[in-house]
Amino acid sequence: MATQQAASSEAVGAPPELQEYFEATIARDQRVEPRDWMPEGYRKTLIRQVAQHAHSEIIGMQPEGEWITRAPSLRRKAILFAKVQDEAGHGLYLYSAAETLGADRTDLTERLIEGRQKYSSIFNYPTPTFADVGVIGWFVDGAAICNQVPLCRSSYGPYARAMVRICKEESFHQRQGYELLMTMMRGTDAQREMVQDAVNRWWWPSLMMFGPPDDNSPNSAASMAWKIKRHSNDELRQRFVDMTVPQAEKLGVTLPDPELRWNADRGHHDFGTPDWDELMRVIKGDGPCNAERVERRRAAHEEGAWVREAAAAHAAKQTARAREGAAA
Amino acid sequence: MSDDHVYLTLAEGHEDDTRWAYGTGFEDPLYGVDTAVPDGVDREGLAALCLALGDDALVSAQRLAEWTTRAPELEEEVALANIGLDLLGQARLLYARCGQVDGTGRSEDVYAYFRAPDDFRNVALAELPNGDFAFTIARLLILASWRLAHFERLTASPDPVLAAIAAKGVKELTYHRQYAAEWVVRLGDGTEESRRRMRAGLDGLVPYLGELFDAHDAKTDVLAVLRQVTEAADLPLPEVPSCQGGLGRDGAHTEHLAPLLAELQSVARAHPGATW
Repeated sequence: MATQQAASSEAVGAPPELQEYFEATIARDQRVEPRDWMPEGYRKTLIRQVAQHAHSEIIGMQPEGEWITRAPSLRRKAILFAKVQDEAGHGLYLYSAAETLGADRTDLTERLIEGRQKYSSIFNYPTPTFADVGVIGWFVDGAAICNQVPLCRSSYGPYARAMVRICKEESFHQRQGYELLMTMMRGTDAQREMVQDAVNRWWWPSLMMFGPPDDNSPNSAASMAWKIKRHSNDELRQRFVDMTVPQAEKLGVTLPDPELRWNADRGHHDFGTPDWDELMRVIKGDGPCNAERVERRRAAHEEGAWVREAAAAHAAKQTARAREGAAA
Repeated sequence: MSDDHVYLTLAEGHEDDTRWAYGTGFEDPLYGVDTAVPDGVDREGLAALCLALGDDALVSAQRLAEWTTRAPELEEEVALANIGLDLLGQARLLYARCGQVDGTGRSEDVYAYFRAPDDFRNVALAELPNGDFAFTIARLLILASWRLAHFERLTASPDPVLAAIAAKGVKELTYHRQYAAEWVVRLGDGTEESRRRMRAGLDGLVPYLGELFDAHDAKTDVLAVLRQVTEAADLPLPEVPSCQGGLGRDGAHTEHLAPLLAELQSVARAHPGATW
């Protein structure tokens, strides 16, 4: 593969045995660990991917987090509060995994709020009703599971292990979302309308979560060769559609795609083409909520600076006191 | 493909549904506990106590939920949510007990979503807006210390359900107090700015302390904690006023409770007859 050659050419200057050991580790499906030698391209690609993933968890708290204070039952409030908390926890594991590659959490956060690093475009859509909480659980967490389950076998050890834990929790979230929708569909007409409306709004953006089509995905090839990523965008998108269709039938909602139908020859569902121009606009920052999502993160980071500075100052004073105590 | 089994089985039933996220799995929060009210227990007093303690917890949890996506660091995001979830869990247990004891059989959601502000019995301290992180931490230290002292006594309540709720709460509140105390020390000792803010946070709460000590006799316990923590943080101990009569416990609230409840109750009230 061309990308393997590209990867090899970056290793100029590294002892050949290290390069060979790295390539053999990948070929045998074993894990690369933080202290192992790795090509700079591999390290950079991983930092980019893990950081984007961490940013997505943190920004992804916002659309649903808006509803914690308004959740219409105490049980739903507890479920949602716990889910959004889990996302903060996922962000923490992932920033830690990025730090094992030499990245720094504060630096990554600053790249996010300066717009130099991206997060999943899906979180730039608004959540106007409580049904959105359920549909996000079903579609967005579902799509995230499709994307992330294969990452549990990613070649980089800390990332793969973080993904195992994250996927377990995501599967709870997805079931909770689906269960909320089931309950709402058994409720009033207004509730059923809310669910269908949310399905209509989230379906296409969810399909876009798998990224651009394979023939237009610049970073995928190298990630596949290094086994950072295991399946192509289109493969994962197809898998998501095939799994979601029967769930929509059971729920009693219509997926908003007139071209959606079973294709017995392929053994898969055919479906329409997402609006890739929309995806590009949202990725470039022109989605419905891009500005407010980044602004919220910036505000929290900047307004919390005095707290972080205080904690650092206290820790430094404590260390100095301990030293004085030891010297005395 | 087998690696996606969690998704493939989504629409099927699950036996382990009770293992969903923390505090969210139970339909009946008092499942398995003997809920008969023992003879000789003052039902009205017990119901009023459960309601007041439930309201303190719900309103506090709501304020902590407002920190979501706004905390100064991800660790604090997780910790504040943890504490909020604990308190929300306490509120649910206490409301459930209240509904059993007051004879109405009302569910937890009826108490939370379908009462007016002047029916709430939480202390005013709990409903004040969050302010900055120092104010939130100062309030958490005071509320956790006060509630912990009270819950420790309630573990010996003649009502076995309230005693069980208190026993569970004691472990949670001990952590809340510890978390808050550590931050008071960090902020008091940290930078000039954090010290100024921590002092302002503690001072700003002083006018609301009288009500706490009126409601439950825990003044000695709370003052001991405050003394210990402010000393470790090298902060002056705020001047604590003598008791000044109730506010929230009598249903008289600050102007901050009505908007808090309007938000909390908005969706539930917009859809009468809906199930969630």
